[in-house]
Amino acid sequence: MNKKTFRRAFQDSLPVMAGYVVIGIGYGVLLSAKGFSPWWALLMCVAIYAGSSQFVGVELMASGASLLSAALMALLVNARHLFYGISMVDSYRPLGKSKWYAAYALSDETYSLVCKAPALPEDIDRKGYILLVSFLDQLYWLCGSLLGALLGSILPFDSTGIDFAMTALFVSVLVEQWEQTKEHRPALFGLGLSLLCLLLFGADSFLIPAMLSITAVLLLSRRRLEGREAA
Amino acid sequence: MSTTVHTLLIVLVMAAVTQALRFLPFLAFSKNTPPLVLYLGRVLPYSIMGMLVVYCLRNTSLSSPGHGLPELISVLLAAGLHKWKHSMLLTILTSTVCYMLLVQKVFI
Repeated sequence: MNKKTFRRAFQDSLPVMAGYVVIGIGYGVLLSAKGFSPWWALLMCVAIYAGSSQFVGVELMASGASLLSAALMALLVNARHLFYGISMVDSYRPLGKSKWYAAYALSDETYSLVCKAPALPEDIDRKGYILLVSFLDQLYWLCGSLLGALLGSILPFDSTGIDFAMTALFVSVLVEQWEQTKEHRPALFGLGLSLLCLLLFGADSFLIPAMLSITAVLLLSRRRLEGREAA
Repeated sequence: MSTTVHTLLIVLVMAAVTQALRFLPFLAFSKNTPPLVLYLGRVLPYSIMGMLVVYCLRNTSLSSPGHGLPELISVLLAAGLHKWKHSMLLTILTSTVCYMLLVQKVFI
């Protein structure tokens, strides 16, 4: 890999560094506040490596959720990764065997960077760029998470309420998504049906009914929603 | 089954599902993705984010010292701040500190 590629990949990944390290620290602190050792952070960052589901995973682990809810949660929260992959099948083909690492490490932020790879200057090595950006981003996330988990287990501070970091993360994504589209019904279905299921089934068991009813309503209203999209 | 084993299984199940989603496009439908899958891919992220916000707030108790006010105030702060500045870090740091102060120092 040439020096120029290395420099470019590192520069482009700097904003991700800021985000992943800070949010990773929040995740690590939350993990230790719920009584889990830093080893869990390491395991989750390597085995799962997906921010939102790792946050939710801590909750599921702490509340001893069923494996079915864990599987459904990972499926729904990470469904978008299917589409990241679909859009990268062609551009990752030249990577050969190393595409399997790149496929595994295709997080939201990495996706936003590799999307722009085809527009890089000619003298940048595409393959090296994609691999390096994928690796650096995962490294940032891992370092942040471990740092948070270690700090959380060493520093004796009152972490009551630190869980709100996860709420804030999802609220900010919700706001971001809301501004991206004029079609607000999917978001409102998600909020409304979850709230309804929460009232009907209670905090400990509303998740599965909520996920099922959301999927059902989206499937049933496909024609209306797609009609609106096409218009 | 011990708690640790169950926790480990939760992590492994989530990991298996997540990695299956990531590898599937490279193994299977690279060319012919079913339209229904594409449709769900477009709309699901919006619904799921709404669901996750409700999930995070599921244990909010109206009979707690703050009667749900710390949650309400901090969520409004997060949403407003994000709409204004569009900085995820600023949003998360500010509203989390706000929430922690409210539950630790104000509503006790």
